[in-house]
Amino acid sequence: MGEAIVITSGKGGVGKTTTSANIGTSLALMDKKVCLIDTDIGLRNLDVIMGLENRIIYDIVDVIQGRCKLQQALIKDKRFDYLSLLPAAQTSDKSAVTTEGMKEIVSELKQEYDYIIIDCPAGIEQGFQNAIAGADRAIVVTTPENSSVRDADRIIGLIEKEDMIEPPRLIINRIRNHMMKNGDMLDIDDIVQLLAIDLIGIVADDEEMIKAANKGEPISLSPNFKASISYRNIARRILGETVPLQSLEEEKGFMQKVKAFFKI
Amino acid sequence: MQETKPTITIKGTRDGLILFIDENSSFEEILQDLIKKLDASTPQKEEPVVSVKVKLGHRYLTEEQRHQLKGIIEEKNRFQIEAMESDVIPIKDAKTWLDESQLKVVNQIVRSGQVLETKGDLLLIGDVNPGGRVRASGNIYIMGNLLGIAHAGIEGDQEAFIAASYMKPAQLRIAEYISRAPDYEADGVYMECGIIDPDQNKIVIDSIKTLSKQRKVISAFERRMNNG
Repeated sequence: MGEAIVITSGKGGVGKTTTSANIGTSLALMDKKVCLIDTDIGLRNLDVIMGLENRIIYDIVDVIQGRCKLQQALIKDKRFDYLSLLPAAQTSDKSAVTTEGMKEIVSELKQEYDYIIIDCPAGIEQGFQNAIAGADRAIVVTTPENSSVRDADRIIGLIEKEDMIEPPRLIINRIRNHMMKNGDMLDIDDIVQLLAIDLIGIVADDEEMIKAANKGEPISLSPNFKASISYRNIARRILGETVPLQSLEEEKGFMQKVKAFFKI
Repeated sequence: MQETKPTITIKGTRDGLILFIDENSSFEEILQDLIKKLDASTPQKEEPVVSVKVKLGHRYLTEEQRHQLKGIIEEKNRFQIEAMESDVIPIKDAKTWLDESQLKVVNQIVRSGQVLETKGDLLLIGDVNPGGRVRASGNIYIMGNLLGIAHAGIEGDQEAFIAASYMKPAQLRIAEYISRAPDYEADGVYMECGIIDPDQNKIVIDSIKTLSKQRKVISAFERRMNNG
């Protein structure tokens, strides 16, 4: 019996989809059976970032409205045997999916897969309700910006009312170490203190991430980048490994190396 | 009148008159007697206004009856009713008082978009995050960070106050007063409280230490008991 994890944030553009793709890929790298679900109906992106756009035949709305079987709509990843994607529809809107339909799909997928990663749309409306409906756990993504933290706070409040196994966990994305050090960005400790949930990982802002996304290759595939290691660490923590929160120190250490390299 | 107890006894004190109203007589009787008694002494023009305290004993007066009584006393002579004291209150009022008197202890984080509202005093163990809101008809005590909006005395109690371990609120509201954070970036303050300063006619933030001087009676319930 697998576990469904929803990746959410409230605010748009903080990196939910990238995070979903990379956590899914990292889990697949560790030989887990993973299924990604894109619930951003009408604005699907996950297939693009995974580089699977051209393989879509059926989508989640087709499954819910009974035009195809679930297995037909699942797209197998080109790199891993046990990584699948259930794409969102591009032509319908979010009302085409119901919470009941979502729950059914997720529980069916849980029979076969170890992890179901649900990519949540921005906002707190129907799309969000659908995405969290079938989830057992939640990961909230935020960036070190006031507006994004504010929305994360709101989302955490909404998730806490749901019936989840544990309180949501936090990823702080797009960290620019030099800005954080100068106090131009919110501090990690301040964010964690305000949101009062467990930190599951931090990811540095990396130009490589944009390149990777454009190529349709999740960055976690190539171990040479710091962001890739961050995602892999997050995946290990999801598996229950205690990768000590040294990860924070690690990141800093790495950043210092980079700084030293550029003689800043 | 026979040897029965008089329905109305008037006592003079230094502060004014006290009207004792017999609790066993009917309301009509009292009104009639009251009119008689007051008519007996016609006021002189230059007489100053005398304040009157009405002691009702174990009698409960409806709002309408209170109004009637007040009308008679204040209209005929130049009396001013200072207080009407009754030893009894209806169960309904008692229950609302009880509700409002309770200190409600809540242990949660009030996050953005959430509203926590209570009757009586509120003790919140946890933070109020930016965008979060706490409201209470009495005082608000926060053992945590107040970063959102706190509104004490929502039913109009201007004596209510807001105390927090750490205060950097977006807004403080007490009764109908509102104060907001300054536009410049300011640090928060530790162990402070917000109260209405009647001299400046606005909400001021001051150290919790000064509170004992400004508010002798902290509990909203005690204040109501005293004020009737």
